Amino acid sequence: MRIIFFILQKEFLQIFRNRLMLGFILVVPIIQLMILTYAATFEIRNIDFFVVDHDHSPESRALIDRFVASENFRLTGWSASAADGELALLGNKAVMVLQIPAHTGRDLVRDGSAPVSLRFDAVDGFTANVASQYAMQIIRRHNEVAGVAHLASIEPAPTGIAQIGINVSRWYNPHLDYKIYMVPGILVMLITVIGGFLTGMNVVREKEIGTIEQLNVTPITKFQFIIGKLMPFMILALVIFSFGLLLARFWFEVPFEGSLMLIYLIAATYLLVVLGLGLLVSTVTHTQQQAIFITWFVFVIFILLSGLFTPIDSMPGWAQYLTWANPVAWFIDIIRRVMLTGADMQDIWSSYLVLLAYGVAFIGSAVLRYRKAAA
Amino acid sequence: MNVNSNASIIEVQDLTRVFGNFTAVDRISFEVRRGEIFGFLGANGAGKTTAIRMLTGLLIPTSGRAEVAGFDVFTHPESIKKNIGYMSQKFSLFNDLTVFENLRFYGGIYGLSTRDIRHKTDELLERLDLAGVRDRLIRDLPLGWKQKLAFSTAVIHEPAIVFLDEPTGGVDPITRRQFWDLMYETADRGTTVFVTTHYMDEAEYCDRVSIMVDGRIDALGTPAGLRKTYGAKNVDEVFVKLARGGSV
Repeated sequence: MRIIFFILQKEFLQIFRNRLMLGFILVVPIIQLMILTYAATFEIRNIDFFVVDHDHSPESRALIDRFVASENFRLTGWSASAADGELALLGNKAVMVLQIPAHTGRDLVRDGSAPVSLRFDAVDGFTANVASQYAMQIIRRHNEVAGVAHLASIEPAPTGIAQIGINVSRWYNPHLDYKIYMVPGILVMLITVIGGFLTGMNVVREKEIGTIEQLNVTPITKFQFIIGKLMPFMILALVIFSFGLLLARFWFEVPFEGSLMLIYLIAATYLLVVLGLGLLVSTVTHTQQQAIFITWFVFVIFILLSGLFTPIDSMPGWAQYLTWANPVAWFIDIIRRVMLTGADMQDIWSSYLVLLAYGVAFIGSAVLRYRKAAA
Repeated sequence: MNVNSNASIIEVQDLTRVFGNFTAVDRISFEVRRGEIFGFLGANGAGKTTAIRMLTGLLIPTSGRAEVAGFDVFTHPESIKKNIGYMSQKFSLFNDLTVFENLRFYGGIYGLSTRDIRHKTDELLERLDLAGVRDRLIRDLPLGWKQKLAFSTAVIHEPAIVFLDEPTGGVDPITRRQFWDLMYETADRGTTVFVTTHYMDEAEYCDRVSIMVDGRIDALGTPAGLRKTYGAKNVDEVFVKLARGGSV
């Protein structure tokens, strides 16, 4: 125990003496959280749309006004000819064309329902998808407010998504606020980067300078060495995590439904994975460049396949299988469930065990790989 | 067993280390007596560092036998580590820590009590004339001072043996003299000093020396004995004769 204390004391002295690194450790997370949360948004504003109105009734104008009033759409043109609508799509002038057939107003009053059509440029499938959802939301709201029965769009859009009459209720994130969804994920990325990179670099740096040989010739055991190297970064990462949680709670106003204790338990378990990986990398590399390169390579794949930026459900089948082997994906899934839906240990235990198994596996292999003597 | 086994603290027999198809250390055998200053000489690349790394438990030998402080290098390297100090050729102090923090760290690692650490560091710094730089960062110190401090950290726990791998490389002549004074003091207190060097004038200060050429020990004895055997004025001449391939 006493030996571990001396190692920790040394590590912390070194961390706090390296002002540049310390600044990096403390400032980068805030910048990441602020920039990424605002930049990596699923919300799309000002989607260009074009109106083909064959009806020219008060009802059709009311519907168009509703689109115009929305922050998500921007009207780029207006015509009474269907050909103009097609030209707008072909000419990249609009992502969506709203076409209102003749007699829509009359049919609405007479039959209580009337079809309109939405067409999308689905080259950017994601934008088309989001746009169609916004559009249907607007039409639905219009139906409710206007008190008319159904203004239905019958003509299937190129994405094949435009349908109406679905009763959607959104749990946990009723306003579909992307920040609530992104913040937990970005917190994950934060501690991944801090934990993974710093641990690996720290050990390899001792290799580069040669001090590791001096440590290897002392009676320090492998266990003491690894605890001494992991604990400072575990603590540091948890401090940053706490900082991120504060920002999430009070700046982004993300609801904390789950228990804070559970959140910390999960984070600490996940850090075992990350720190273990960093340490493992340091046992197979000789320079900090090598360590950074390998860690970066591994984490880019982990993060891209984590469901943070692309929903796992929209990945191809083989990639979805890969995410099962990705501890980052597990952690993001668990932390979102706990933070946003208030899941407790009973709900997440199976996923938690997977995470724990990864932690034990990574730390274990790092311990096995670390040698005090060269073979 | 050897009749001298009581007196010898390092016993090496046919110790060999092969890297791929290169034999860095080729069946060396020698023993080091308790309390002596043993000079381990050889040109660059002769295999000195490889041999020292095997004796300190940093490198697993390919074959042969070696006991250090009564422990086998194959089976009990960790017990050896409790009983030795090591100053490697590479720099071993932490540049971003102060003199005191370095000494405290190594003292702590070797299990010294907080009081002993304080006491030992004060004593060491006094002896090295470095009390004034106790709280300076290592990186700001001149090389010679760093080397003396590295030596101090290697003996802070009063080990049975201290291994010094070219401790005086790149150090000015005055500091080199001081360094040898330190080694004598350390040996006087009962610590065996095992030192590698390629400064042949330093060889004359050792109790006994071995000369390594191409992974083998070609000569071993007191400096006076070697001079006599090889009909040379000094150890330097002995070395040059051996290195040029003129074996006995």
